[in-house]
Formats: sequence, C-alpha cells, structure tokens
Amino acid sequence: MPRRLWGLPAYYFGLLALLYLPLFVLLVFAFNDGTILAFPMRGFTLRWFEQLFATEALMRALRNSVAVAVGSGTIAVVLGACGAIAFVRFRFRGKGTFMTVALLPLYVPFVVVGVSLLLLFSVIGLPRSLLTIAAAHTVVSFPYALLILTARLVGFDPHLEEAAMSLGANYWETLRRVILPLIAPALLAAWLTAFTVSFDEFAIANLLAGAEPTLPVYLYSQLRMSARLPLVIAMAGLVMVLTLSIFFTLVWLRRFVFRVPAAGTVRAR
Amino acid sequence: MTTAGTTPIAVRLVAVSKRFGDHVVVDRVSLEIRHGEFFSLLGPSGCGKTTTLRMIAGFEQPSDGRISLGGEDVTERPAHLRRVGMVFQNYALFPHLSVADNVAFALRLQGVAAPEIARRVAEALAMVRLPGLDARMPAQLSGGQQQRVALARALVFRPTVVLLDEPLGALDQKLRKAMQLELKALQQDVGLTFVYVTHDQEEALTMSDRIAVMDGGRVLQVADPQALYERPNSRFVADFIGVSNFLPGTVRERAGTLVTIALDLPGEGVGVRIQAAWREGLAAGQAVTAAVRPERMRLGPRGAPAGAAANGVDGTVRDIVYTGSDTQYFVDLGGSAGRTVMVRVPNDQPAGTRVETDRGDPVRVCWDGHSTAVLVA
Repeated sequence: MPRRLWGLPAYYFGLLALLYLPLFVLLVFAFNDGTILAFPMRGFTLRWFEQLFATEALMRALRNSVAVAVGSGTIAVVLGACGAIAFVRFRFRGKGTFMTVALLPLYVPFVVVGVSLLLLFSVIGLPRSLLTIAAAHTVVSFPYALLILTARLVGFDPHLEEAAMSLGANYWETLRRVILPLIAPALLAAWLTAFTVSFDEFAIANLLAGAEPTLPVYLYSQLRMSARLPLVIAMAGLVMVLTLSIFFTLVWLRRFVFRVPAAGTVRAR
Repeated sequence: MTTAGTTPIAVRLVAVSKRFGDHVVVDRVSLEIRHGEFFSLLGPSGCGKTTTLRMIAGFEQPSDGRISLGGEDVTERPAHLRRVGMVFQNYALFPHLSVADNVAFALRLQGVAAPEIARRVAEALAMVRLPGLDARMPAQLSGGQQQRVALARALVFRPTVVLLDEPLGALDQKLRKAMQLELKALQQDVGLTFVYVTHDQEEALTMSDRIAVMDGGRVLQVADPQALYERPNSRFVADFIGVSNFLPGTVRERAGTLVTIALDLPGEGVGVRIQAAWREGLAAGQAVTAAVRPERMRLGPRGAPAGAAANGVDGTVRDIVYTGSDTQYFVDLGGSAGRTVMVRVPNDQPAGTRVETDRGDPVRVCWDGHSTAVLVA
C-alpha cells in the first residue's frame, strides 16, 4: 500500500501552471484584436494569422527553417545511426572515448558553438548562409540522434542479425530487411527530435545567418517594431502547436523504441 | 551402423582453436560429422560447445585450424555464404515479419519464384506440424510454436547442415520431452545433418546418433550414446553422463575380456580384488579408477557367493533414499570410514513383498565384471 503524498496535487498543479500558463497567454493574445499587450483585451480576430501568411519575408523565413531542420535532421540521423551501430555492434580502438567525444556538443553552450563555428567558417573563407546554419545544427542535434538510436540498438537481439546471415543475407541485406525495419520508430523519433532542436534554435542561427534568416532569427528581428508584435505572437503560437504535436508523436513513439526487442526473448522459466 | 567409410562427411573440423585474448575457449577440436547424422556437442556451460557451433556457422572466426562443410573448406567464408541453418535458444524470429515471411526469408534472398516460395513454405510448416498459422506474427505464438517456426525457417532452404543451440532450453520440462522425440523424428524424415548443442546429458542421449563430450574447450570422447554410457574413457565423461561410483585401485592381470583390479579401500577392505572390462593399454601395477553404474549393482547378504564374473564387496548401509521408481542405498565399503557407493534398486515389486534392508545392516554389494569400466587416472 503506497503512502499518499499530501503535497502532490499542489505540486502537480503548480507545475502545470508554470509550464502551460505562458503558452496559454500566448495563444490568447494571438487572437486579440489590438497591438497593445495588456488587459482588457479588445476582442477576437484572425487578422494576425491572415497577415502572417501574407508577409512574404516571414513565409520565406519559415521555409528556410524547415529546409535547415529537414536537412540537418536527416544528416544527423544518418550519422547517428552509423555511430550507434558502430558503438553497439563493432569493436574498434578508442571506443571508450567515442561516446564522450560524440556527446560533447550537448554540454557546450550553443553561443560557444556558434562563435567558434563563425570563426572557423571565416578562417576557411566559407560565406555565411543557410548551409552554414545547417552544418552547425547537424553538429548539435547529432548527439540526440546518437543517444536515441544507441538506446534502441542496445536492446536489439544480436541473434536476429545472425539469423538473417545464416539464411543467406549479407550485411546490407540484413540492414535493409531486418535492422532498419525494426529500428524505424527509433529513426523517426531521432529525426523528429533533431528537427525540433534545429527548428527552435536561435543563438547559433543568429550568429551564422547570412542574407537568409531562419524563423527564430527573423521573429527576433521583428521585435524592434512594436506594430509587428502581434504577428510575432501569432507565429509563435503556430510554432508552439507544431512543436507540441511533434512532442506528443515522440511520446507515442516511445513505446515502440523501448519495447521488448524480439519475440521469444522472454524465457518460460 | 558402421558406415563411416562410405557416408560422406558433412562437417569436418581440423584442430580448430578459438582464443579470446589469453583465454582459450576452444582447444584444438577435431571432429568428423557424417552426412545425415544427429550429432550433439555436450558439456557444461563454458566448455566451448557454443563457440564451436558458432565457428561452424561462421559467426566466429577460428584462431587456428580448418573447417569444411560438405567437403569444401569454408574457414574464411562469411556466414551468409555457408548455407547453414541455425536455430537459436531464443528462436530469433524476425518480430516484424509474419510466420510465412519468416520461413520465406532465405528463399526470397535466393530469388526463388513466388509460387515456388509459397509451396515450399507450406511444406516446411506442415513438416513442423504448424499449418494454418502463416499470417500470425511471432509475438502471437507460444514458445513451442515459435520453436517450430524457427525450425521450419532453418530447414526450408535445404542447408548443408542445421545447427541448433540449446533450442529446447526455454521450454518447460513436459514440452521439452515431447519435442526431443519429435525433433529426432523430423531429422530422420528430412535426412539433414543436425549439430545440436546441449548441456543436458539425457537430452543428448535421447536424440543423438553420436555425441562429443566437451570440457575446458576440448573434446574428451566421441561415441554413440550406448558406448558413451557403457565405456566412458575418462572420469569426467563417466561422471557427466549419468551417475557413476568411482573406486580407486591398481591393475593386476588380464584374464580374457576382463582384468583384475586390486581396490585401494581403507580399513578392512585393503586388497579386495574385483574384475573389470579389459581395455587396451592397461599395464600391471598401473593406478586406475574403476567406474560402476548404480543400477548395475545389487545388494545381497554378507558373504554371499559371487558368480563366475561377479564382484562382491562387503559393506554397511549408511543411508536409504526412496525416489519412487527405485530406492538408492548408500553403502560404505570396507568399514565405516570407507568409500561410499550408491546402489540403485528398482522398486519392481509392491511394497511389503520386497526384502527390506535397513540403515546399519551389513550387506554385500555385487556386480558383473563387464559392468565395470576402467578409467586411467
């Protein structure tokens, strides 16, 4: 019989308020018919959303962000899958330090990553563009992909690969017919996480952006004009909805990523 | 039985060793497994049997020695080109594929035409007595059913040899006994060579044509079940296969198919002589161990005359254990401080009509000289 924690409901609702009240306020003001952010509100409107989709520069920034997030997320997942398979299945020199080095970008502040890459790119003469942002985002989202895929492969029965090989499959056929289908949910989870990391990222993108800004960089630049504020709020509301739907997809995927790896591994003893 | 000269060799290992760092897991193992044979690698855990199997499959590379399958040297050949069917203890069915797709896996890779695949999959599933479950996913099957699918998957492409790594280990006792007989019958039906790894001596004796007993990375003895039980060549084999009583002694002289051994029992038993089965290489004066199975020994009254080839040693009953089908008598030979042997007497008469022997009774333990194996050292 577990004991009841008397403070738990208060803690729980406090946590909910802290997390969701700001988001709620954001959504409310996205539909507020006025440019001043204060109560009382002026009435319900959808015109900020209409303006949003009519603002060419903003839509451009959104497309830029999606392109950068898709590109860097895809590369991070491919690299993460290679790294995870190497780490879990193969013996190689320096394996012990491999994870430490690979996970380092998780702990280096994004500003530091941004400034050092800015230096590096200017030294080698690479002009700032969406490509430089995508490269930097690949670096910082790679550890997430690596961790998620390593966790999946650790629970992957190596006998499945051996069974495929004994049945005549070479390594690539084993990868295509057995490993990839089974880790597909983990690949999707890793890709969505990498996508979100890139899509939300501001510090690095702000430092490395050339003529084309990503969405967070563009929104920040618009904050200087108070008349544009409701537009920024509406856009933030849209991004929030997108991010939350990715998050709930990840929660749903978790059951496939960490499920029992193979039928029959539960011994009848 | 003696077709060794004419039956082709399916699997040949020549002085195969496997080292992990300084640790020798398999030590110069040489085996010749005949085509169509049910061959078991038997030994305690860590004896190298699974590593040996994995080297035949190509999952491990031998440190030394050669392996050939069907007369071809495959030592350097990767696993997927060896045509070896493998059945794992945890079955290793592909959880994302249906039963039919699991069984069809090898055929699809070989590019077999779809109607032919369907025919052979149905045939394989019928063979393992699992028809009608084609569309099920592995997670929807019981352990025994999964085992059958794994077997069908390994048999369907007619491999050179089928390797089985403790495939019945995860099943419960009853199902396991039934599967042993079924597996043996299936192997005889399909006529494929089976190499079977187990630590269960009863399982190996039940199913195998021949057994290799392994310990410490080495093969100690290769023989058919009866020879292994009747004529173990070492104390380890005599002890691992069934139960044996061990009596130390010294070789005296040969008498036809028998040899006289002077037992080395403490106390009043010093110098008691017994007869044992002669084996080549024994010399007078050599220190040996005589091994006798408990069910070959009988209890009689002290001083009862021994027959022509019978051994008789006096002793005292120390303990009696009733196990249902038989009763085990633990008898101290040669005085109370002597060596204890176990005598297994079948309870083949109803209780009350048997001659009752009690703890502390003086008895004579009798057995046939041909039931005594001589082990060197």
